[in-house]
Amino acid sequence: MNILVCVKQVPDMESRFKINSEGVWYDEADLAYRMNEYDEYAVEQAVRLKEQLGGEPVITVLSIGPDRVVEALKKALAMGCDRGVHVRDSHHYRKDPWQMASIIAAYAKDQGFDLIFTGMQSQDRGSAQVGVTVAELLGYACATTLVGFAFDNGVITAKRELEGGTKGVVKLRLPALVTCQLGLNIPRYPTLPNIMKAKKKEILALPVADLLKEEGLVITERMYPPAKKGGGIVLEGDVGDLADRLIGILKEKTAVLR
Amino acid sequence: MKALLICEYREGKLLDSTYELLAFADRLGADKAMVLIGNEAAAPGFDGKVYLADAGKCGEYNPDLHKQIVLEAVARENPDYIVFVHSSYGWDLAPRVAAALRAGQISEIVGIVDGKFEVTCCNAKMRRSVVPKTARAVLTIQAGAFSLAGEPHGTPQLEQLSLAEAASGVEFVGYEAAEKKDVDLAKAEVIVSAGRGVGKKDNVAVIAALAKALGGELGASRPVVDAGWVEHSHQVGTTGQSVSPKLYVACGISGAIQHLAGMKKSDFVVAINKDKDAPIGEVADVLVVADVMQFVPALTAKCAR
Repeated sequence: MNILVCVKQVPDMESRFKINSEGVWYDEADLAYRMNEYDEYAVEQAVRLKEQLGGEPVITVLSIGPDRVVEALKKALAMGCDRGVHVRDSHHYRKDPWQMASIIAAYAKDQGFDLIFTGMQSQDRGSAQVGVTVAELLGYACATTLVGFAFDNGVITAKRELEGGTKGVVKLRLPALVTCQLGLNIPRYPTLPNIMKAKKKEILALPVADLLKEEGLVITERMYPPAKKGGGIVLEGDVGDLADRLIGILKEKTAVLR
Repeated sequence: MKALLICEYREGKLLDSTYELLAFADRLGADKAMVLIGNEAAAPGFDGKVYLADAGKCGEYNPDLHKQIVLEAVARENPDYIVFVHSSYGWDLAPRVAAALRAGQISEIVGIVDGKFEVTCCNAKMRRSVVPKTARAVLTIQAGAFSLAGEPHGTPQLEQLSLAEAASGVEFVGYEAAEKKDVDLAKAEVIVSAGRGVGKKDNVAVIAALAKALGGELGASRPVVDAGWVEHSHQVGTTGQSVSPKLYVACGISGAIQHLAGMKKSDFVVAINKDKDAPIGEVADVLVVADVMQFVPALTAKCAR
């Protein structure tokens, strides 16, 4: 079996974001990056499937972006993927989800992947489009928002998370693409021996120009912080003092504290 | 300008979120037509055309066939926009329709500013203004972002869509009901919720102690439930419970939209977070900028006294 996992590297969402000089994305300097959280579940599920099948499948992990994304690939390799593909692109943030999907599909179309795992969305752009669009471009069966995954006799039984806690159960035939929701599994931490082993695994670098043949279909005109709604009180300072001030407010404004 | 609105329907019922599509189209100033893959009895209150396909025959979740049905309605109606709710149904189907039409898609719209679509990004800390480059575009709107002023009313003109079979590698098996709740947060007057900011499983006891001191229940955000720190029955948000207590205390919760949707009806909200810019601050009556593990024990001690 031939498996592809697509991962994105994103900033820590607790970062303070500044707008870049073009005004359309955040300034990428001075941010701490990590693997997109949803994609960690995708990597973990692929590695679990490999383990279930006795180590037979080969897992390729792909990421698009500047050189920093190699760190995300290395993490995926240390978690158990076999080989990396780095699509080098320093203008990744100017591309829309359609272009991102077309890059992945252009890479995947001749590789004969049986199964593709992606996160259901990225934490920064959050379009939830790329995985499904890759599946459409490749003509693969696709289900999104997985919180359950089982593979038996060539058929995937997936549980999709719906609103209100209900789940939708679907079966998928290969070739298929699934997008992974938080909570699908518990992603492993790479162990030191596996981190060392991962250093010897191949990472193929491809220029994005080799794969991108599509124009964007939407344009980001501007990025900006949301308008502050205001009204709320902000308390800062010494912890003991803060507790007294909060209790004062709760006594005044709610009937909870007497 | 015309918008084709794709109704939300599940387990035999029209979902109320469908009416948010009408509110959005009104904000856009667009003429409206709708597509319902459901049944006649579930038709929305709406004076206009509704293309109806029978969910009994084509299934409630059959994305390849639903795509064909929407494309058939697009061919008949020739809309400028095809609009879905950004839900487990909408974000699954919209990109399939967009890819088939080679139309630009804009996801999770929260507003319309100067005719441009406003979307959130970076965990709701930032906004982007986005426009399609294609003459026809697919849009998804954030659940709860647009609401109708009055009660929906009207009688739709139904037009049946004949169903072609669509080849598909996806087969819907059925629904699995939500787990039974051992805690009914909906009735709690005080809820103190733990988020990722509590740091580790052992620290949840500190949050539970504050809940007890305030005579309330322990709640939780999604990441701590996914990590196995707190049982799912305590989860507040879109996929957990919706709550409306007199006091809601969010401890180390950044405020993802799915969490906010479940607790924003609380009478009074206190957020404790070391990140002053966290989106939870948008709905908090009081934001305490502090480390949760330092502040909460101090507060609990003073409440218990």
